[in-house]
Amino acid sequence: MADSGQAAETRRSDGAAANSAIAAAFDDGPAFIPYLAVGDPSYEASKEYVEALARGGADVIELGLPFSEPIAEGPTIQGAIVRALEGGMTPELFFEFVEDLAVDVPLVCMTYYNLIYQYSPPDSDGETRRASEASGAAASSGPEQFVARAAAAGIAGLVVPDLPAEEADPLRAACDEYGLDLVFIVAPTTEGDRLESMMERVSGYVYVQARLGTTGAKSDVSDQTDRSLQRLSEWDVPKAVGFGISSGEQAERIVASGADGIIVGSALVDIVADGVDNEWSTAATADKLEAKARELADGASRGRTEPTTDDG
Amino acid sequence: MSTEHATDDETSTTTNNGKFGDYGGQYVPEALMPAIQELTDAYERYVVNNEDGFMDEFRQRLADFGGRPTPLQRADRLSERYDCEVYLKREDLLHGGAHKLNNALGQVLLAKYMGKDRIIAETGAGQHGTATAMAAAHLDMPCTIYMGERDINRQRPNVFRMKLNGSDVKPVTAGRGTLKEAISETMRDWAASVETTHYVIGSVVGPHPFPVMVRDFHAVISEEMRAQTREQTGGLPDSVVACAGGGSNTMGAFAHFVDDEDVDLVAVEAGGSSLAVDEEAGVAPNSASLSTGDEGVLHGARTKLLQDSFGQIMESHSISSGLDYAGVGPELAHLVDEDRVTPVAVDDDAALEGFHRLSNTEGIIPALETAHAFGYLEDYADELSGTVVVNVSGRGDKDLQAAIEETEARDIPNAPDMSMFSEGI
Repeated sequence: MADSGQAAETRRSDGAAANSAIAAAFDDGPAFIPYLAVGDPSYEASKEYVEALARGGADVIELGLPFSEPIAEGPTIQGAIVRALEGGMTPELFFEFVEDLAVDVPLVCMTYYNLIYQYSPPDSDGETRRASEASGAAASSGPEQFVARAAAAGIAGLVVPDLPAEEADPLRAACDEYGLDLVFIVAPTTEGDRLESMMERVSGYVYVQARLGTTGAKSDVSDQTDRSLQRLSEWDVPKAVGFGISSGEQAERIVASGADGIIVGSALVDIVADGVDNEWSTAATADKLEAKARELADGASRGRTEPTTDDG
Repeated sequence: MSTEHATDDETSTTTNNGKFGDYGGQYVPEALMPAIQELTDAYERYVVNNEDGFMDEFRQRLADFGGRPTPLQRADRLSERYDCEVYLKREDLLHGGAHKLNNALGQVLLAKYMGKDRIIAETGAGQHGTATAMAAAHLDMPCTIYMGERDINRQRPNVFRMKLNGSDVKPVTAGRGTLKEAISETMRDWAASVETTHYVIGSVVGPHPFPVMVRDFHAVISEEMRAQTREQTGGLPDSVVACAGGGSNTMGAFAHFVDDEDVDLVAVEAGGSSLAVDEEAGVAPNSASLSTGDEGVLHGARTKLLQDSFGQIMESHSISSGLDYAGVGPELAHLVDEDRVTPVAVDDDAALEGFHRLSNTEGIIPALETAHAFGYLEDYADELSGTVVVNVSGRGDKDLQAAIEETEARDIPNAPDMSMFSEGI
């Protein structure tokens, strides 16, 4: 897949520019990509929180569509998902939420494969049925119906933590058809053929998992990150590092070590959880989220500018 | 042993990269993929090809430490009652009191061959947890067991057994605190510890190679069953009956009969209190994923699941925590779709009736999981004929408290007067 317009040592991922909005988010400076679980703790509060992240400098926002068995998440995001499900969040409400949002950055949906696989749009009478229950020739595959609905709602890309590249072809095809990016997570243990097959299918950005384990805020920045970025350096798709980033200082260091963007989830979800525990007003929680977002976005920007003092 | 085992593998349902029809696969977070691939490689080398004599050592330890072979016993009273030849495969006599040791010992030994230095496992009823704790102690491996908080309260004796064998038992409080949550939590531990740790999954569920590997470790059940039935009756059974939650004792009891089309294979699921589903509450008051579930993806595999219209996994229910799971092994789901295995749902009341039937007619107190298979004999007595082999997957000592309470709360026709128990034994 060598592109004649690229430098010889840079390899191009197949779908690298499937959705120009996500690619563009990495164009001027490192991208700050926050995550929140949609519907945590309620539809209305969650909407204000996401909008606060946009005001705080988000370049792309990952919106978690809650699944009952989030096996890749640590306790913090698992807690958010439980609150969102208890608050009544469903895939259909999630899409309405996306349509409702007043933000103008690209939105990426992060969810688990069963919700994508089972999705079918509501019947005319408002009844939702599983794809596997839908009758007759009209029943198309779950992934395609989900992607069609996501695209219509304004979603620009998908991340599916329990869908390895080997099982991803049906979803990749649907994303191509509707112009969505499909983001893959590269773990510290991903190398060789697995890395190749993933990088051939990824588009938008590659989610570089900073360390082994599940999601969760950690105070150290793993040197596994440096090695992962090294392995990925020959590919031209933007590299966004996530898992364990909680401060502007860490964001700065990770960008300085070569990341094109940072992804932050648990440190933000912690603020939402504190708001619930301490009964803060929605506005107060939103203000704290905006301030944290600004700290992280500013940290990421400093990481890009500091080593090249000549243009400062 | 090795050549025989290799042949066995060929006669089992053909798998293509862990796929059984559309079921199976490897739907796991990327961080786990290298471990899954390493395990697939180890499975093929040691289990399928008996490299370094792995299977020989496994069989020897099953005999010396586990007490294999377990007997096949004619059940005289039940044979008379149902007017057919009822035989019992006595997995309840395996060390630990359940079939679970076959798999636990196989996997802990495999972890040793792979050079791993730590074992983790999930448990529902505590049977897999105790089997893993025993195997880990026997093979000198540190072991951590995740168990739902609700299950811990339902199965205290098993918690003590795990601790006595030196394992660390970690309570899981998420969700309803049962097997489903314990599996999710163990997968989380594994995602962080994968380089040094082996996850001993407790049933024929999860990503490839677990479903085939766990089946192969338990296939010794049907291997013995086949030879013993031949020896005692001069032929093969007309039907083999086993309870099914995730499906490990089921696949173990069926594996060597799958190609014998004349042998009926009956998987008895937990019908719970009802086969109906409460969408609003997200609860299925049963664990009958083979009878009522739909295709979906859970815990690394595509299989039949109890789920709501959006694909959220339902909270399942059964009187027996070992069957209380919203999914089922992908191979078993495939065999049901192929009409090779007949799924039957037996509700809580019928299971208790089966529990008391085996206890007071044959002098064997079965696990509540196993009791479902005897509930089936009671419910479907008219359809039984010829030689019926029932897999007695486990003994009921761990369930005495639950059986007493549940029996007292219901009207079970063949139960003894329970008041003497509640007044203190």
